[in-house]
Amino acid sequence: MEALLIEGDTILAAFWMTIRLTAVSALGSLVLGTLLTAMRVAPLAALRAAAGTYVSVARNTPLTLVLLFTGLGVGANLGVELSDDIATNNFWLACIGLTAYTSAFVCEALRSGLNTVPVGQAEAARSLGLGFVKTLRLITLPQAFRAVVAPLGSILIALTKNTTIALVVGVSEASVRMREMIETYGDQVIQIFLGFAAGFVLLCLPMGLLFGWLSRRMAVAR
Amino acid sequence: MSYANLYEPPGPRGVRRNRVLAGAVTLVLLAIAYVVYVRFDEKDQWAADKWLPLLRGDVWATFILPGLAGTLGAAVAGVLLAGLFGLVFAVARMSEHAWIRVPAAAVVEFFRSVPLLLLIFFAFFGSYMVIGVNISAFAAVVFGLTLYNGSVIAEIVRAGVLSLPKGQREAAYAVGMRKSQVMRLVLLPQGVRVMLPALVSQFIVLLKDSALGLIVGYDELVDRGLNGIAANFSNVIPAAILIAAIFIAINTSLDRLAHRLGAA
Repeated sequence: MEALLIEGDTILAAFWMTIRLTAVSALGSLVLGTLLTAMRVAPLAALRAAAGTYVSVARNTPLTLVLLFTGLGVGANLGVELSDDIATNNFWLACIGLTAYTSAFVCEALRSGLNTVPVGQAEAARSLGLGFVKTLRLITLPQAFRAVVAPLGSILIALTKNTTIALVVGVSEASVRMREMIETYGDQVIQIFLGFAAGFVLLCLPMGLLFGWLSRRMAVAR
Repeated sequence: MSYANLYEPPGPRGVRRNRVLAGAVTLVLLAIAYVVYVRFDEKDQWAADKWLPLLRGDVWATFILPGLAGTLGAAVAGVLLAGLFGLVFAVARMSEHAWIRVPAAAVVEFFRSVPLLLLIFFAFFGSYMVIGVNISAFAAVVFGLTLYNGSVIAEIVRAGVLSLPKGQREAAYAVGMRKSQVMRLVLLPQGVRVMLPALVSQFIVLLKDSALGLIVGYDELVDRGLNGIAANFSNVIPAAILIAAIFIAINTSLDRLAHRLGAA
C-alpha cells in the first residue's frame, strides 16, 4: 500500500493526463463524428463515399496502428507541429489519433440513431419546406442523439480506457506510471495494479451511471 | 438503407446545383489528398524504393508473414480462451446460488472496466514478483485478451440467454432435464446463436487489440511492419498503409461474416 500513498501525487498527475486526453478526444470525436454522419446521409454521392470509406478504414484499423501513424506519419513525416514543447505536441498528436479513431464509432452510433427516427419526421420537415441541412439539424439529428445516449456512453468509456494506448506517441498517462511503479516497487505489484485498476473503475463507473440515467431521461417518448 | 427521405428528389435546378456541389466537393477532397501526397512526397515516402520492398518475397518471409502469424496466433488463442472464460462466467453469473453469482458478476465487471493495457503490463512486468516466473510477451498478451474480452463475451452470452423466451427453459424442465442439462443443451446453444453477430464483432475487437502486443515486444503484425520493415527501408508510411490494409481486409471479411450470420 505504501507505494500508492507515497506516489499519490504522481499517480494523480498521471490520471489527470488520462482525463485531459479523454475530454479533448471526446469533444473532438463528437464533432467529427456528427460531421461524418451528416456526410454519410448527404445528397451528394461524393460526400457519402468519402465518409463511408473513412469510417470503415478507421474502424477496422487497430488503435495502436492509428496512434503510431499519427506519431510517425502526421507528426514526424508530415511535420505537423502543434507546439514547441515536445510533451504538449505529443499530447495533441495523441488527441488527433484518438479522435480520428473514436469518431468512426460515434458516426456508426449516430447513423443507427437516425434509423430509429420515424420516416414521418423527415417527411413532415420536407413538407414544411426544410431542405436537407435544416431537416438534419433541426429535426432528425436531435432525435437521433437522444436515441443513442447509451451507446455514446459506452464509446466514451471505451475511449477512457483507450487513452492508455497514447503511450505509443510518448504521452505519460496512467499506464506509463503503472509500469514505472511496478519496476520501482517490485514488492507491491498487486496493490499497484489494483490501485490503478480502481482509478479506472472510479472514472468509468460514474460515466456508466450518468449515461444510463441520461438515456432514460432523454429518450424520445413514442 | 438509403436516407433518401431526408431530402426531396432534386428537380432540374437541383440536379444542376448538385452537380456543381459534387464537383466542388470532389475538388476539395482531391486537394486534401494532394496536400497529404505532397507532404509525404517531400519526405520521399512515395519513392519506388520505399514501396518495392513491400513486394519482395524475403520481406514477406522475414517480417510480414511471421508478424501475421504472431497476430493470428495471439488472436486465435485469445478467442478460444476468452470464449471459454465467457461461457463459464456467463453461466456462473446466471447461477441460482448467490455465492457463485455475486463473485462471478464482480469478476466480470472488474475486468470489463480495466484497460487491456494495464492487464498486459501487470502480467508482463509483474509476473516475476507475483508468481516468481517471467512469462513471455505472448502469454501476457493472451492473458489480457482472455480476461478483458472474456468478460465482454460473458455479458454477450448472458444477454443472449436472457433474451430467450421463458418457455424454452420451462419446456426443458418439463421433459425432465436437470439444471445443467437445461443450460448446456437448451439455453446456451440458442443464446450463443442469437448473439453470433455480436460475438464476431467482439472477435474483431480482440484481433485489433492483439496489436497492443507491440508495446511489450511481442512480434505481431504492427510491430513487424513499423519496427521491422520501416527500420530497414525507412518507409514508415508505405509499411503502415500495407499493415492497415491487411487488418482492414481481415476485419471487413469477418464483419461481412457477422452480417451474414445475423441475416441467417
